[in-house]
Amino acid sequence: MRWIWIDRFVEFQSGRFARAIKNVSMAEEQLRDHFPCYPVMPGSLVIEGMAQTGGILAGEANHFRDLVVLAKISRVTFHNCALPGDQLVYEATLVDLRPEGSVVEARATVNGRPLAEAEIVFGHVDRTQGDAEPSRYAAFKQEMMQMLGVPQRLPQPAAAGAGMEPGGHPVHA
Amino acid sequence: MPSREEILEKVQATLVDALGVDEDEVKGDAMLIGDLGAESIDFLDIVFRLEKNFGIKIPRGDLFPENLLSDPQFVAAGKVTEKGLQELRTRMPWADLDRLGENPNVQDLFTVNMIVNYVTTKLGANSK
Repeated sequence: MRWIWIDRFVEFQSGRFARAIKNVSMAEEQLRDHFPCYPVMPGSLVIEGMAQTGGILAGEANHFRDLVVLAKISRVTFHNCALPGDQLVYEATLVDLRPEGSVVEARATVNGRPLAEAEIVFGHVDRTQGDAEPSRYAAFKQEMMQMLGVPQRLPQPAAAGAGMEPGGHPVHA
Repeated sequence: MPSREEILEKVQATLVDALGVDEDEVKGDAMLIGDLGAESIDFLDIVFRLEKNFGIKIPRGDLFPENLLSDPQFVAAGKVTEKGLQELRTRMPWADLDRLGENPNVQDLFTVNMIVNYVTTKLGANSK
């Protein structure tokens, strides 16, 4: 199984904001045991979905120079549960970006209804360091971004400055 | 330029948010690792929050010099070496090295007062 907990990006503004969707299916393995008589999307995987949305946003902002790893969930609040058949919308806003790390404000909604909110801290690990072997980390990589359709498949947002490549160059789909 | 008491209050609020501790635990002489349970990744979070809360810029490795502290000539078996103490006096004048005494455990270096001293230094430099 692939450790990917978002299905597709639907908006991506380099260095600023990303929106992704995740469709919850009854066929997914985690719902078999969580819970046997009442399948609910585990909160930890909702956090992972928010972190993947934000982690790829942070990684792309630095041209994926460093490995971006989930370091800390500073704050998380759950408002509701997600059930099979729900489409989760993950929104991540990059609020701080430094060479050694980044901070993302993320939220998850279902049909516009709040599901969860989190503040997530990412560490940026230098790929040239001795302990930066990528297989040691669950890192947010460029390959994930390509698989999830950024930027080629995305409709261009209408907002000024949206749809930019790293460094602020317009994306040509 | 805010008073030291005002800076301490803001640092306390910062650490309460970053570490999820109670405000009354964040005393001036509290050690970030030993008393407040901070882990290495919390230092990054603390730096982010200090920058935001005080409007200062903290260069990488300035407040928490991880490169220096992972250098075996400065820190050996978790203790700061004599050479390390000399280096820290130059690189971290805001740290109270005398409190380390004869058993200079590197983890004891990071205290709430150390952060207050650092922020005071930065704000003083900015106000000049």
